[in-house]
Amino acid sequence: MRAFSYTRAQSPAEAASAAAHTDNAKFIAGGTNLLDLMKLEIETPAHLIDVNGLALDRIEETPDGGLRIGALVRNTDLAANERVRRDYAVLSRALLAGASGQLRNKATTAGNLLQRTRCPYFYDTNLPCNKRKPGSGCAAIGGASRQHAVVGVSEACIATHPSDMAVAMRALDATVETVRPDGAARTIPIAELHRLPGDSPEIETTLQPGELITAVTLPKPVGGTQAYRKVRDRASYAFALVSVAAIVQPDGTGRVALGGVAHKPWRVEAAEAELPRGAKAVTARLFADAKPTQDNAFKLPLAERTLAAVLREARG
Amino acid sequence: MTKVSFDVNGDTHQLELDTRTTLLDALREHLHLTGTKKGCDHGQCGACTVIVDGRRINSCLTLAVMHEGDEITTIEGLGAPDHLHPMQAAFVKHDGYQCGYCTPGQICSAVAVLDEVRSGIPSHVTADLTAPVRLTNAELRERMSGNICRCGAYSNIADAIGEVAGRSA
Repeated sequence: MRAFSYTRAQSPAEAASAAAHTDNAKFIAGGTNLLDLMKLEIETPAHLIDVNGLALDRIEETPDGGLRIGALVRNTDLAANERVRRDYAVLSRALLAGASGQLRNKATTAGNLLQRTRCPYFYDTNLPCNKRKPGSGCAAIGGASRQHAVVGVSEACIATHPSDMAVAMRALDATVETVRPDGAARTIPIAELHRLPGDSPEIETTLQPGELITAVTLPKPVGGTQAYRKVRDRASYAFALVSVAAIVQPDGTGRVALGGVAHKPWRVEAAEAELPRGAKAVTARLFADAKPTQDNAFKLPLAERTLAAVLREARG
Repeated sequence: MTKVSFDVNGDTHQLELDTRTTLLDALREHLHLTGTKKGCDHGQCGACTVIVDGRRINSCLTLAVMHEGDEITTIEGLGAPDHLHPMQAAFVKHDGYQCGYCTPGQICSAVAVLDEVRSGIPSHVTADLTAPVRLTNAELRERMSGNICRCGAYSNIADAIGEVAGRSA
């Protein structure tokens, strides 16, 4: 690990300003992803700003009946929150499908959104990776790509976003609240937080340098039967090959977001109009522009079957 | 170098550390509490599990300087050879190990799992998110999935934890 200096932030605005004005600075909260990457020297910050003391660890009701989740709420606490379990079950289920008990106790809401891909070529510093070293090439394209993205990919990158939580947040139409280095607050719809790789896969979100996530807000509950089904190589403690977050209403309409298939949680609102016609029709729209590799083409029928299983269960 | 002060097993320690020092390395290399083990050092195996302010975490994936004022419990703080914690005694009784390297992490994790169940935290296999959690074998195995045992002593580990859970329930 490279040497770095360390300070504890006093306020969100001060943290954002310090991050923007200090050379090569990064925020640290749970640290479960960042420290892993620092040990491998994939992340090499010269300065860490510890945001754990910022009192952003509360879950509050919003005036319209939704929930405002502080950026520092731990994954365990969010999954176990009574309102989340009752009104946003897809979010509890997604959180509990991810990582291990130990990691969920440290990992934060904002950190979960900002975690980086687990593409093995991103992790192997001996191999080219446009995300780790822009312009160096992509070893996953033409390499072992069974785990990689099938849709929204580019010539530069076929990595997936690894989060389960973010997929549920996308289905729930969450909003991300931030503070910018000048102290101004703004809100970003979750759909616009994560970017597709394009020709700059190293830029993963629409956050500006130094911008700090302070909360994630959920709109008032939408009801329905909520499910998160994750398909992976072992029964627990593994990343998704494919995951489905679904909210199905009694009249057959609903929402669907997929994990494990793209550089961001994959939701296409137009595809949801096909829900009454079944999983095949929905996934045909979701994957209309899919470009799978030979290794991961199985994800297309796997996603269709996973969605079919979720819909069957939701409709009883 | 940065100063930090925290409690480990009831004793307060003041340390001056390189900021890069993980909590795991502070415990092992600076406080010489070598019960906590370094396995993968990347949060994948659970051998380094300790309990911080009542919650189990991977001590390899957290910086020591981030634990100012925290209360840390390691395997040395749970019990001693002449006064074993019930979970330690159950691991001995059920032969919940082979080489023993993952055992301190397994035991710290197991003790915390029972607290998590008591406080109603659900898991991936909890059928009803709104009902109280029952500690079935499937629940226990899911909750312990962050602790890898390469000797494969899982069935005995599950027996040991199950016995302590039954006794304290």
